[in-house]
Amino acid sequence: MSSGDEVPRLLRGLTSDGRPLSLTEHLALHGPVPAARARRDPDRNLVAEIERSGLRGRGGAAFPVALKLAAVGARRGRRVVVVNGCEGEPVSSKDRVLLNQSPHLVLDGATVAARAVGAAQIVVATKLDSAAVVEHAVAERVRARLDEPTPRVVVVPDRYVAGQESALVNFLNSGRSAPTLVPPRPFERGVGGQPTLIQNAETVANLALIAGNGAEWFRRLGPAADPGTVLVTLTGAVERAGLYEVARGTSISVLLQRAGGPSAPVQAFLVGGYAGSWLTAAAGREACLDEASMAARGAVVAVGAVTVLPDTACGVAETARILRYLAEESAGQCGPCVHGLASIAGSADELARGIAERDVVTRLERWAGQIAGRGACHHPDGAVRMLASALRCFSDDVAAHRSGRPCPAAPPAGSRHRRGVLR
Amino acid sequence: MTWRLRVDPIACDGRGLCAELLPECISLDDWGYPIIESPEVSGRLMTHARRAVAMCPTLALLLEDTP
Ligand SMILES: Cc1cc2nc3c(=O)[nH]c(=O)nc-3n(C[C@H](O)[C@H](O)[C@H](O)COP(=O)(O)O)c2cc1C
Ligand code: SF4
Ligand code: SF4
Repeated sequence: MSSGDEVPRLLRGLTSDGRPLSLTEHLALHGPVPAARARRDPDRNLVAEIERSGLRGRGGAAFPVALKLAAVGARRGRRVVVVNGCEGEPVSSKDRVLLNQSPHLVLDGATVAARAVGAAQIVVATKLDSAAVVEHAVAERVRARLDEPTPRVVVVPDRYVAGQESALVNFLNSGRSAPTLVPPRPFERGVGGQPTLIQNAETVANLALIAGNGAEWFRRLGPAADPGTVLVTLTGAVERAGLYEVARGTSISVLLQRAGGPSAPVQAFLVGGYAGSWLTAAAGREACLDEASMAARGAVVAVGAVTVLPDTACGVAETARILRYLAEESAGQCGPCVHGLASIAGSADELARGIAERDVVTRLERWAGQIAGRGACHHPDGAVRMLASALRCFSDDVAAHRSGRPCPAAPPAGSRHRRGVLR
Repeated sequence: MTWRLRVDPIACDGRGLCAELLPECISLDDWGYPIIESPEVSGRLMTHARRAVAMCPTLALLLEDTP
């Protein structure tokens, strides 16, 4: 039990060499999870405690966790808990670090979720590079007779859309990693046709801390409406890039200070990953890492990634490169996503190279409006949101590019469009 | 009872037949895929909507009752 007023919470005790904490080390840091065994029936007291904590999902949509627990628990069947450790976002590494360095915290949280909903099965979905560590941690727990049910570790394809929840369920059921039409949603019919709870790995790690320390403790950090901490993957033009844990509601300028400040004059921030939003340097510094503060600026915390764009880079070119990536990562199933994202990426690329037609912005805006909400999943919506924020944030550059004057940082047919400064 | 039109974007092949049969409710985007402009269907339009649903070659056009 820690006093709780300080960070790190989730990253507490991690070693600098990146090796995983053993079960013994983990127990010394966090203590045992109370009542780790799932029962057949949901644990309503536990759900109530989680509701009091105010925890929201950390996988992108910031949905209240207690509502999902209640929805799954209310369904009949052999309920399933899936820990989503897919982490498709290229500029996010929080879930990988949690799984690779503090696997027992995530597994503790998985048992808490299982107990809350009365699950008969736990699945931990990870990328290949976390699987061995998590398997080893599960084996340690089996030897110590810790969990019931014993988590099953499944390696998912390293693709952007693989972690979308219906794609994950589809993959676990059929081996095909592609989203499906909803409804039925996973809580209605998920893994093996059973009611399924899917939570992000960071969300699940927070469940372990709440079960161990209480809702009251959890709420000591962060705003009342969006409490707790946020794991921030900080990349780009910053002195000490890496993973940080700060109280939700911390401003980006305070975060930057902790990281030794920017390594070059800042032009803009990309907040929330490739499906997030661009903020100008001034707006970004003031913005705080909680959903209300971001929403007021047309942005989202989402997966908590913050990327610092230096003033030597071209925001229009970076945007075009990210759109191309997102278009190529479309699961290729829905017309508006496949053709829409390809069209948008193509025009954005022409804009970046200063060879677009003069009405390019009108066209991009028209397409963005047509695409939003028309895929089977929200993949195209994220791309369109990022595009809209770029047109706002880089409006002067966009105007210059449009009149055939790309900025010096965007050489006409340069390699920069392929290899970004951000990654 | 009102009925709601919905497209299954995974099944839809974008040939646009539904927009021809039900222009009152459906338009096409720049790539030929249907946009449901007014999803709620009732009264006179029901017959046309039912026919569009039945004619969709990939069973992608759905008419669902709203509770
Ligand atoms: C295109 C796309 C990709 C996604 N990828 C991930 C992912 O890699 N990891 C993740 O936890 N959630 C991902 N999500 C969100 C999940 O669908 C789901 O909302 C989340 O896992 C729920 O967990 P949470 O409520 O704890 O955030 C993705 C969503 C979309 C639309
Ligand atoms: S919207 Fe795009 S990513 Fe999502 S299912 Fe359809 S094609 Fe795949
Ligand atoms: S008729 Fe069916 S397949 Fe053709 S565009 Fe309409 S919904 Fe899509």
